[in-house]
Amino acid sequence: MISTAITDLWYGFGVALEPHNLMYCFLGVLVGNLVGVLPGMGPVATISILLPLTFGMPPVPAILMLSGVYYGAQYGGAICSILLNLPCHPPHAVTCLDGFPLTKQGKGGTALGITIIAAFIGASFGITEMIFLAPFLVKMALEFGPAEVCSLMLVGLLAGSTLAKGSPLKGIAMTVLGLLVGIVGSDIETGQPRFTFGITELFDGVEIIALALGMFGIAEFMNSINNTETVDMRYAKVGISDMFPSKADLKLAFWPMIRGTLLGSLCALIPGTGPTIASFVSYATEKKISKTPERFGHGAIEGVACPEASTHSSVQGDFIPTMSLGIPGDTVMALLLGALIIHGIVPGPQLISQHADIFWGLIASFWIGNILLVILNVPMIGVWVKLLSIPYRYLYPSAMFFVCIGVYAANNDMFQVGETLFIGVVGYILLRLDFHPAPILLGFVLGPRFEENFRRSLLISRGDLMTFIDRPISAFFLLICVVLIAAQVLVWLRKPKIIAEEQALEAAVPATSYSEVAE
Amino acid sequence: MQGKFTPKRDYYAGGLMLLLGVGAAVTGSGYKFGSLARMGPGFMPVVLGVVLAFLGLLIAGTALTSTEPDDKKFLPDHPQWFGWLCILGGPVLFIILGQYAGMIPAVFACVFVCALGDKTGTYKSSAILAAGVTVFGVLLFHYLLSIPFPLLRGVNL
Repeated sequence: MISTAITDLWYGFGVALEPHNLMYCFLGVLVGNLVGVLPGMGPVATISILLPLTFGMPPVPAILMLSGVYYGAQYGGAICSILLNLPCHPPHAVTCLDGFPLTKQGKGGTALGITIIAAFIGASFGITEMIFLAPFLVKMALEFGPAEVCSLMLVGLLAGSTLAKGSPLKGIAMTVLGLLVGIVGSDIETGQPRFTFGITELFDGVEIIALALGMFGIAEFMNSINNTETVDMRYAKVGISDMFPSKADLKLAFWPMIRGTLLGSLCALIPGTGPTIASFVSYATEKKISKTPERFGHGAIEGVACPEASTHSSVQGDFIPTMSLGIPGDTVMALLLGALIIHGIVPGPQLISQHADIFWGLIASFWIGNILLVILNVPMIGVWVKLLSIPYRYLYPSAMFFVCIGVYAANNDMFQVGETLFIGVVGYILLRLDFHPAPILLGFVLGPRFEENFRRSLLISRGDLMTFIDRPISAFFLLICVVLIAAQVLVWLRKPKIIAEEQALEAAVPATSYSEVAE
Repeated sequence: MQGKFTPKRDYYAGGLMLLLGVGAAVTGSGYKFGSLARMGPGFMPVVLGVVLAFLGLLIAGTALTSTEPDDKKFLPDHPQWFGWLCILGGPVLFIILGQYAGMIPAVFACVFVCALGDKTGTYKSSAILAAGVTVFGVLLFHYLLSIPFPLLRGVNL
């Protein structure tokens, strides 16, 4: 098994190192790092803007670039948290707790250095996990019939909506809304137009880019306009020489990094628990097992190393269910899945064998991308720090331009811009009513495939719903669903200590006006 | 529940979901429903609509029974009517000018109007930003990526 993995990986490096692919991978991580540093821009909006620009490209460089934006943004996001105390990227919010005190003590450079090491270790483990686990999952998933696929999707949808931030009930409501939005357009089997209200442009369905940019672009800007604090740049002075941590710091941070990595990779495997939850859980764990918990919150280097390693290992692990099963765990993955579909690639267990170049090329590009990011971040730290001081009043109008032209470029159709605007207004209303928009995208992307498989499995069983329980694998997935719901009901009836602790931790993170939306 | 009825945001949230769910179910019932074995195009919309409506009731219901105060209002503490108007006005201008005048005026107007929405934005600063973004946008999208969007309609550039 190891030898085949190495051969495949070797092949992947061949794909990823082709000059064309390498260039787009570099472009992806560069843009990702950039938007990670800029407060108020998230990877979801960025990937949506870039998506239409990849239509003319072959699928391999397109996917390499879009993925690069995601993990690149994680490197940038840490800079923002540590130097400015701005948790503008949810996975790095918890890093503020110890990162900023370190910066105030003049050790911001050390914290950043540790972050980069932690990031690289975490990411490397996440990638290794993907290399060995994904083919294994695929082997299992190839046996799945439509009933199993259906139940598995149900697990993904339920986990994505109940384990994310906010009220689980509202999360489920958003998933169902997403499924309904996914129905808009012509029915696959009969061609009957549904929810189109006579608008011809809607016959092809709602554009995924319009949905993502409306919810995570326009709604977001409406939320943050004139609502952002002036950025405090007093402590943000870091040179390259500050970035090399001392031996003592490294020794202190080593085990927390390893623990964070393991926790993160574990979180990546549970659908619905992305990097944000991973970082919170690992910070709480590290604080609990520490011999000196009182140092946490006042600049403990472990409090930076552990969540950062965990975030990065979880980010890379996030790709596992998406690429091997076709079930995305969070918004970014839903978007990437949408990108695959647009490029004519059917996601699912057959992806690895049918599109080996994409799968192994992507994995190889993760290594290359992470090395590029380390190179980008160490000598160029001064440039990134400078970028932090770009005020929001220049950022959002420029971003609005990218939103408009990105949506237009997708189909060369002005109607889509109007569609995005409408979705943006709806998204803002939902945001104000405490709905988190992330599950909408999840439901939207999975919706059509869910319906197709649901219909097919009932066609096979001649309308017998018991087919979902009679088949053992499907029954197992449904059992997970029941457990998920039961757990939520239990949590609702009496708040267990863990939840209370996590909420206390969340309350401790500095309030941010940027990006309240969980990504 | 001390007698006095105080509106909570979750009532609106639940109500909205109820409305959307019922709407979807009613619209969906216009399509062929079919049977479990042979589902028509109306099956999913109706089922999902009913589920959403039910979730709406649950959301409102849990808000009714919970004693936790919900002091957040629907509108934020400082409503930014002007800012919102500018953010929404930008894309509207982009659509209109893009359709009839071309990329340059559309991009300039979009960025200019959006930038005015910030309370520190002046006509001058917004115009400078808009000009900069327009130049960058034309270079990137017209010359480098060559998307089919004439710079100025009616003028051959």
